[in-house]
Amino acid sequence: MITLALNILDIVQNSISAMATEIAVEVTESAAVDLMKITVKDNGRGMSQDLLSRVTDPFVTTRKTRRIGLGIPLLKYHANLAGGDLEIQSGEGIGTTLSATLKLQHPDRQPLGDLAGMMTILMTANPGIDFLYTHKTDMGEYCFSSREVMEYLGITDFSDVSLLTDIREMMNNNLEDIGASGFNGE
Amino acid sequence: MSQIKSLADLRKKREEIKAEMDTRIKAIDPENHVQIKVAMATCGIAAGAKEIMEFFVEQLDRRNIQGVVTQTGCMGYCYAEPTVEITLPGREPVVYGFVDLKRADQIIEKYIKEGELIDGIIPVNYETIDSKE
Ligand SMILES: Nc1ncnc2c1ncn2[C@@H]1O[C@H](COP(=O)(O)OP(=O)(O)O)[C@@H](O)[C@H]1O
Ligand SMILES: [Mg+2]
Repeated sequence: MITLALNILDIVQNSISAMATEIAVEVTESAAVDLMKITVKDNGRGMSQDLLSRVTDPFVTTRKTRRIGLGIPLLKYHANLAGGDLEIQSGEGIGTTLSATLKLQHPDRQPLGDLAGMMTILMTANPGIDFLYTHKTDMGEYCFSSREVMEYLGITDFSDVSLLTDIREMMNNNLEDIGASGFNGE
Repeated sequence: MSQIKSLADLRKKREEIKAEMDTRIKAIDPENHVQIKVAMATCGIAAGAKEIMEFFVEQLDRRNIQGVVTQTGCMGYCYAEPTVEITLPGREPVVYGFVDLKRADQIIEKYIKEGELIDGIIPVNYETIDSKE
């Protein structure tokens, strides 16, 4: 993966496979403490303690289509490379919370990438899932909820392409306002 | 409007668009729409599945084709990512592999519009990820 946004997109696929109906993505970046933190929280089926203890091993997957799982090990690798780590909490029937921490200014930290594009593609492809996106910086906080947008506009899916373009622009404008590094694909 | 920042701005823009054009309510005719599924697991995403999906969403709209673009998990063809499953109305699903922007364009012009099979089909005893997991 070239960007963290693609890593996150992949991690969110695990939540979708786990039948989550609510998925919250949170990105925090603080230059003051040289920290970037990425959290993906879902209300999906969760993992057993046994699976949880083995899941950062690339040879662990519950899929039958391919014998190795790569999503979580890959994000862990990128976190480690940037002086950070990955942590997962999960309970069967409760859901899963995965957090990656990275040193914001580490030279080997991947760029965040196209966060707004990642969110809009997820919303288009999964109209039945509520996506929450929060981005925090030293300057402020921006919060976006796909369900709130649906209710506000009185729509039931995100198939309108011009609306998607506008949502992307709205997110990018707000991210720019709080000095986020992941707006407009930067 | 200069900048879209809030939900109110979003709504205002919708209303402007509606007033400008005839209301293009895209009621999807289930008998007659194309289903496109893009495989979005690790291998697919790493190979560019996000861009391919954005391309289909945009181009179906631009070329006025009735269709729904969704995603699936890993379909098991990691070697051939990005893979895309196309279901034309009344036909069996077909999976195309190694889909780049050029092939995606061909899929729309040749297969979706004309129903003409093009190179790059993955021959399979087809199962979706849902039936495999
Ligand atoms: N959010 C989640 N909820 C439930 N199970 C999960 C979640 N994320 C990962 N898992 C489990 O961990 C396994 C490994 O995940 P991952 O490393 O992304 O590889 P893959 O998705 O290719 O199997 C998955 O197959 C799944 O069983
Ligand atoms: Mg995965």
